[in-house]
Amino acid sequence: MTKLATMTLPQRLSEFTVGLLFGLGLILSGMTDPRKVLGFLDLAGDWDPSLALVMGGAIAVGVLAFALAKRRGSSLLGSPLHLPTNTRLDRRLILGSLAFGIGWGMAGLCPGPAMVSMAAGQGKALLFVLAMLAGMRLFDFLERQTQRRIKEN
Amino acid sequence: MHIDWQHFTPWSSLAGGVMLGLAAALFVLLNGRILGISGILGGLRLREHGTRGGDRAWRVSFLLGLLAAPLLWMAGEGWGLAQPGLMSDAMVIDADWGMLIVAGLLVGLGTRYGAGCTSGHGVCGLSRLSPRSLVATMAFMGAGFATVYVLRHIV
Repeated sequence: MTKLATMTLPQRLSEFTVGLLFGLGLILSGMTDPRKVLGFLDLAGDWDPSLALVMGGAIAVGVLAFALAKRRGSSLLGSPLHLPTNTRLDRRLILGSLAFGIGWGMAGLCPGPAMVSMAAGQGKALLFVLAMLAGMRLFDFLERQTQRRIKEN
Repeated sequence: MHIDWQHFTPWSSLAGGVMLGLAAALFVLLNGRILGISGILGGLRLREHGTRGGDRAWRVSFLLGLLAAPLLWMAGEGWGLAQPGLMSDAMVIDADWGMLIVAGLLVGLGTRYGAGCTSGHGVCGLSRLSPRSLVATMAFMGAGFATVYVLRHIV
């Protein structure tokens, strides 16, 4: 085994295990069931409050972990903390999140559950993921255009 | 408001939520990173640019784990740990193809402009007590409620 591999192996294993745990959590919680997600978003119909418990359970654990991480200042496997530094409440944040919410309400799928559903062999989830990746690439393209315009002026 | 008690799954949803929280906790404590699917996926490049390498491997490892989850679940069904077919029965997508393409584009574009989705803003951001994530979460939840209202009760 090379020196580099021995250095990064614990990190790779940790990332894989965390991804696996997150995916299993999505399945168990019901997030990968679009009918359940839409049942939660349908306040005016037969409302299924389950997803409020998903968020509640996740945040209850998360609050403790992030408080601890901030106090430590570095990660246990040695890499520095990569926490967001942007604090702007701007149009991009709000319009982007609104667009995401519309798509979420149309399909009942958000990025994580869509990936899990696709891996479980749901053909329609594959279509959704391809469209989502196209949307992400479109963002990259539009960002590059904007950067170029800023540079030219 | 009328609560759908028949489909309400308090215990599995709470347990699943705790697992999501544990995953986010392990990720920030062990790897120092935010567990946000749209950011991990959107930042993935097929070829690494520049001299600062090492930004791809962690994303790939995480995503492989995520994609392996339903396969492990199905194996668990085979070992009698979960009721066979329960997972795939509960993944039925009702939206038609055209709707899924539009929805996927909106989710891809929107999560990149908004810099996060249900995991990055909803779970990690709210856990960090970030005002930006609170605004984002209110925006996408509000838009989700409004969209379902329009599609189910108006159109």
